[in-house]
Amino acid sequence: MPSRDEIFDKVKSALVDALGVDEDDVTPNATMVGDLGAESIDFLDIVFRLEKAFNIKISRGELFPEDVLSSSEFVADGKLTAAGIATLKARMPFADLSKFEANPSVQNFANTLTVEDMVRYVQSKLAA
Amino acid sequence: MRWFWIDRFDEFVRGRRATAVKNVSLAEEHLHDHFPGVAIMPNSLIVEGMAQAAGLLVADAIDFNRRVVLAKVAAAEFHFDAVPGDTIRFQAEVLDLKPAGSLTRVTSTIGDRLQGEAELFFAHLEPGEGVPKLFEPEELLRWLDQMHIYDIGRDEAGQPLARPDW
Repeated sequence: MPSRDEIFDKVKSALVDALGVDEDDVTPNATMVGDLGAESIDFLDIVFRLEKAFNIKISRGELFPEDVLSSSEFVADGKLTAAGIATLKARMPFADLSKFEANPSVQNFANTLTVEDMVRYVQSKLAA
Repeated sequence: MRWFWIDRFDEFVRGRRATAVKNVSLAEEHLHDHFPGVAIMPNSLIVEGMAQAAGLLVADAIDFNRRVVLAKVAAAEFHFDAVPGDTIRFQAEVLDLKPAGSLTRVTSTIGDRLQGEAELFFAHLEPGEGVPKLFEPEELLRWLDQMHIYDIGRDEAGQPLARPDW
């Protein structure tokens, strides 16, 4: 199992290639959407690159849960319901959702996922 | 009218790679203004040619079941200008192919010189709400015939591609 730093370096390189950002911009606390400018199509690109870099399989919606965020079952008035948050937490144990929980508007989710979440996600996949 | 930025395929190996040709001609109107007296094929249109070559390769590989759209030019670099009289060869290669999308690499060469290279990322959209229909089946088939895909195309085992009966 590679170290956390080795994983971070590979994640960084995937994000630099996928998003065209500078290496220096890819810090652990940088948010994927707000700071690095990732759009929804970029997440698909990132999935491709992480799968290749780490030899893992990433199912659709695992990294970016767009199906939950756009589901009428889990969203009311532009905010995620309690059931929606529970689903997200179960689906994304690697992500720190505490800030998002305080204001669970769907728009706000864009600024929730960080680079460190990506690293934790890969760690969880490699440990599985 | 449609924009066609490749003239035909010379090689087409299902799901793997393809080579398409584009002859640049001063008869193309866009070259009259880009630029007057100094005609240069815009690299943005070369990207479109790359996308048509790689996009058809990918769309065929998934049996044309989804709408293949150019979602992202992940990287592109050009080394010199293409001008009237040039024959551009687009060589497309599938790097990764999944139900939801594909990553391809395409180069453009003129003679034996590398003119451009790009990584193109395609999204494969399920037909449905909000996804425009790109082609009528007979229109698509006409294009594929014009591109000679079923004349020169082969599957991975080297067998000729069967022409669909849409």
